[in-house]
Amino acid sequence: MAATRTTALLRAAASSGCRLLSASRGVRGGWAAAASLGPSRLFHASARAPLSSEDKVTVHFINRDGDKLTAQGKVGDSLLDVVIDNNLDIDGFGACEGTLACSTCHLIFEDNIFKNLDAITDEEMDMLDLAYGLTDRSRLGCQICLKKSMNNMTVRVPDAVADARQSMDMSNNSLK
Amino acid sequence: MSRAGGILRWRRASALRSSLPSGALAGERPPSGAVLFSGNKRLLSTAKTEPRICIVGSGPAGFYTAQHLLKHHKLAQVDIYEKLPVPFGLVRFGVAPDHPEVKNVINTFTQTAHSDRCSFYGNVTVGKDVTVEELQKAYHAVVLSYGADDNRTLGIPGEDLDGVYTARAFVGWYNGLPENRDLKPDLSSETAVVLGHGNVALDVARILLSPLEILQKTDITEDALTALARSKVKRVCLIGRRGPLQVAFTIKELREMINLPSARPFLDPADFKDLGEAVKDLPRPRKRLTELMAKTALEEPGEVVSGRWLSASKEWSLKFLCSPLEVLPTADGKQARAIRLAATRLEGSGDAAKAVPTGDTEDVMSGLILSSIGYRSLPIDPAVPFDPKRGVIPNQSGRVLGAPGLYCSGWVKRGPTGVIMTTMNDSFDTAQSVLEDLQSGALDFPDAKEGFGSVRSILQSRRIRPVSFSDWEKIDAAEVARGKLAGKPREKIVDPKEMLELIGP
Repeated sequence: MAATRTTALLRAAASSGCRLLSASRGVRGGWAAAASLGPSRLFHASARAPLSSEDKVTVHFINRDGDKLTAQGKVGDSLLDVVIDNNLDIDGFGACEGTLACSTCHLIFEDNIFKNLDAITDEEMDMLDLAYGLTDRSRLGCQICLKKSMNNMTVRVPDAVADARQSMDMSNNSLK
Repeated sequence: MSRAGGILRWRRASALRSSLPSGALAGERPPSGAVLFSGNKRLLSTAKTEPRICIVGSGPAGFYTAQHLLKHHKLAQVDIYEKLPVPFGLVRFGVAPDHPEVKNVINTFTQTAHSDRCSFYGNVTVGKDVTVEELQKAYHAVVLSYGADDNRTLGIPGEDLDGVYTARAFVGWYNGLPENRDLKPDLSSETAVVLGHGNVALDVARILLSPLEILQKTDITEDALTALARSKVKRVCLIGRRGPLQVAFTIKELREMINLPSARPFLDPADFKDLGEAVKDLPRPRKRLTELMAKTALEEPGEVVSGRWLSASKEWSLKFLCSPLEVLPTADGKQARAIRLAATRLEGSGDAAKAVPTGDTEDVMSGLILSSIGYRSLPIDPAVPFDPKRGVIPNQSGRVLGAPGLYCSGWVKRGPTGVIMTTMNDSFDTAQSVLEDLQSGALDFPDAKEGFGSVRSILQSRRIRPVSFSDWEKIDAAEVARGKLAGKPREKIVDPKEMLELIGP
């Protein structure tokens, strides 16, 4: 499901964009209490400064159907933030909205990037362990924050089911 | 209003309802004969070109199936039927009150429901208020996503004594499921026994052991809070037929139990001391889970944790290799007094290991026994094939065998296990099957179908008042408002009559 701008606002309200532990949350704008109350109806218009070139990080996502999606984020944004803010078309991504309660933001990294990621916490590993198609270069996107050194990295969205058939997009043949 | 190339971008209604395309209020359809623009081409839409799909059940399976269909077919109209007046199934009634993050999926489901090609019809019991055959006449495809309303039974004497409850009913009770609101579980026993080693068993144990101050801030029902405040339960013993390597619960939930404030874990070192070799070659998830149990059983905790455990007023334990034989009654024959267990040993290993009785037995004294051995689906309608042994609708990739036009997703398709994400993937899989069949001509498509148009009169003649999504939002708002007064995210309404009164005729 592609995300919308409103989802981006919800995400801004619910996360700091980086390294969330469900137990302790650093939250933009002090919405910590609300963030732990589950399906919150908060719309926090986070005022984001326009991206300067120093801040920007380009990330390429290889989607399940092989399509390459390229997007930009800011240093410190999580990969979940990048997917949501750019409305990337990845089915079912980020179901729990970055609260370490699912593994739908599972991503596979290149070797050299993976080696330099911040250490995984028990909480992340607990959820990652449940991900389908786990590899030794897997992490949860909601816990990985952009660094300058990640500029132009490529991450792969793993298949979600054993016999993943290509998503059939009917929009080109639709008017039958 | 312009819609380019048949691409309808469904918008989520924000709190300000500011971003909806004019004329397309959530839940309404474009008038028939509406014009669709495709670049420079003008095409008249007629009922012929819109696939109409019906989904039975509004839990994760129903909503994820709907989501995928709406996304990948730009003309599909999807109607979601639900027997309760309120949507979301187990997300609302199954996920524990102290796990609110897991319920975040409600946001994406709400977004789907707000699509102008999606309608919600609550308070409609398929199989009773409208038959599957009637739905098949009205829709090109009917997807059964109604989950598992029942549970596996122990099949032992004493199962029906007072004080014995299914975990399904207990969870339904504290989560406000209307059919369980009068459960009135007796929590006066100091020892509670939970049969089963899955996440539901841990949920039930955790709710029995959690400090009231924590539960008071959740959406647990007021009735449950009142009962738990009077609860005498001090220890919960979780009993499983097989061994530590076969536990079905997952590590996050186990860690949560170990870290419970004011409850001390008791894991028997004898159950773990010989596991070293077996653990080495396990896949990482099973290995970490087993190591966490072993560590808790075998190692002295640090100072802080030690202190917490010493001052804990409650405790929980894991008991392995015991199979329930009989619930023993009190002298008057009415209540549970103890449970008699058969000691077992394992034949085989890993997931396939089977528990075989050794001949020894053991009694555990308890007046509160919760059976958490699995949910089970029920057949919904004679027109739908059902496998009573496996408790699922026979299917392949979600296509119901021997019943063209019928599909299934979620627990009724593959059995009652797995988390929301598992159901999400399987719902996408079923939706793919529907999409393929729409394209291949396997369905009566593109012949016209009336969808809810023809169901409406059937429901009217049977005096059924369907509940719309905006009706649900009124109920939702009322629950949130009541919850605010109590410092909770919501106070669930548990009486369907009250829900219907709230929304009016």
